Amino acid sequence: MAAIEVEDLRRTYGDVVAVDGISFEVAEGEIFGLVGPNGAGKTTTIECIEGLRRPSSGQVRLFGMNPFIERRAVAERIGVQLQESALPPRLRVAEALALFGAFYRRRAAIDDLLGQLGLTDKRDAAFSKLSGGQKQRLFIALALINRPEMVFFDELTTGLDPQARRSMWDLVRQIRDRGTTVVLTTHYMEEAERLCDRVMIVDRGGIVALDTPEALISKLEVDKRIVFGVPDGQDVGYLASLAAVSHIEQTDEKVIVHGHGDRFASSVVYALEDAGVSFIDLRTEQPNLEDVFLSLTGREIRE
Amino acid sequence: MPLRGLGSLIAVNLKLYVREPIGAFFTLAFPVMLVLIFGAIYGNEPQEMFGGYGSMDISMPAYTALVLGSVGLLGVAINTSSYREAGILRRFRMTPLRPLVYIVADVIANVLMTLVGMAGVVIFGSMLYDVRFEGQALSVLLAVTLSGTSMFAVGYLIAGVAPNARAAQVIGMAVLYPMLFLSGAGIPLEIMPDTIKTISEYLPLTYAVRLLRGLWFGESWGSLLLETGVLVAILAVGTTLAARLFRWE
Repeated sequence: MAAIEVEDLRRTYGDVVAVDGISFEVAEGEIFGLVGPNGAGKTTTIECIEGLRRPSSGQVRLFGMNPFIERRAVAERIGVQLQESALPPRLRVAEALALFGAFYRRRAAIDDLLGQLGLTDKRDAAFSKLSGGQKQRLFIALALINRPEMVFFDELTTGLDPQARRSMWDLVRQIRDRGTTVVLTTHYMEEAERLCDRVMIVDRGGIVALDTPEALISKLEVDKRIVFGVPDGQDVGYLASLAAVSHIEQTDEKVIVHGHGDRFASSVVYALEDAGVSFIDLRTEQPNLEDVFLSLTGREIRE
Repeated sequence: MPLRGLGSLIAVNLKLYVREPIGAFFTLAFPVMLVLIFGAIYGNEPQEMFGGYGSMDISMPAYTALVLGSVGLLGVAINTSSYREAGILRRFRMTPLRPLVYIVADVIANVLMTLVGMAGVVIFGSMLYDVRFEGQALSVLLAVTLSGTSMFAVGYLIAGVAPNARAAQVIGMAVLYPMLFLSGAGIPLEIMPDTIKTISEYLPLTYAVRLLRGLWFGESWGSLLLETGVLVAILAVGTTLAARLFRWE
């Protein structure tokens, strides 16, 4: 049985349709990502699953329960990290964990959580004295305090520097590896691509695509790119005649070759070598989820 | 267990109360300051105007009411609305914690803090001015709880009405500050002109002052039915409205 079953979920606020009849399932033990621009309906969808909002129509099942009606039973089994929340400024780290632990039947050992999240030496620090990354880690610890079967992370890495973001990804994988299902929202396509087992792209309240990142990208009929520099500004227009190449962009000293097929890269390099062109900094660029989003919706994710 | 988390929440609320300088000042230090200042000015000689009691004698229940008022109208209102504004309530809402348990814990912690504030007033009053107490401790505790919870209900109501913490603070002060002077909590009504005495009839805190003062000096509940009734009514109406207007976010 799927951990989450959503069937024809629709939620409106007055005349505004936030979520427009979507259906999907989340399997136990996967990292499931909802990606899409702000206002796409991610948060409303998650809040309906968590039981905070009543769907206007359609069905949501979490562990086979109706989360809106059995809110407390659901809350016992899930952990939630919210995009915007806070703790009392003078509450200390270990106190916060002890307090939230007291709300649940099951609870994790506080020292273990502190260690796992690198907060051990901050255990007596007041919430208001923590850095952004430390607050975020504390909220993750709070989301894990009841040893949940499923956790929801909403824009987990927003505002973190790249290094902190990567260590957050490792952490999410560890959580999943211990058997917890992870549902996350993000508007970083790279994050969705690297971290999620399956990605659901949402836009304007509907599902645009739902699959593994690899499948989404390979299904995409978008060219690969080869980028390189030509310091002496030699014309390389003849590359366009190669079978694997679809078109070329050349600006003074920089060339972008668009093409497809397994032999695309090797045929371009071979042709350049053959013509004796001196080229530098050659790299290939694979299409990514950004391209998937662009191609499916016709716009950039952040505009 | 339906009350899961209650004890931990009360303990945390008390800790946070003590760590918050403004709250601790108004509850714990300010009333004691009043005893020291007004005691130095007026002393505690028996006054005919006060029915043979001294100024400090009657200030004990009055300052207790003052603590109740400031905890309820400032503390509860500001705390609740700023917790909401910051997203703290939102975080609590994600847990299995029942909303009622959250509020009960808040009320109990506030009653306990009020009692500590009152103890400070009474201890200094007794040490310095040998103030009289002629009532029954249990009755007075009951009256403190009743007056306190009705003021707290008004505080939750303010938090429910106010769009943000700043507004809650302004409303709380606008309601509390006139009452400090016009209800007998800060300054005895006996020294006030008749107009002010008439105004005082319309202020909730006046009834807390009268009830506490009556019981403090040995009057029976039976002779304080009006005061008790008004406070119970405020509690009932305040709680009903506050429960309707309470918002997690």
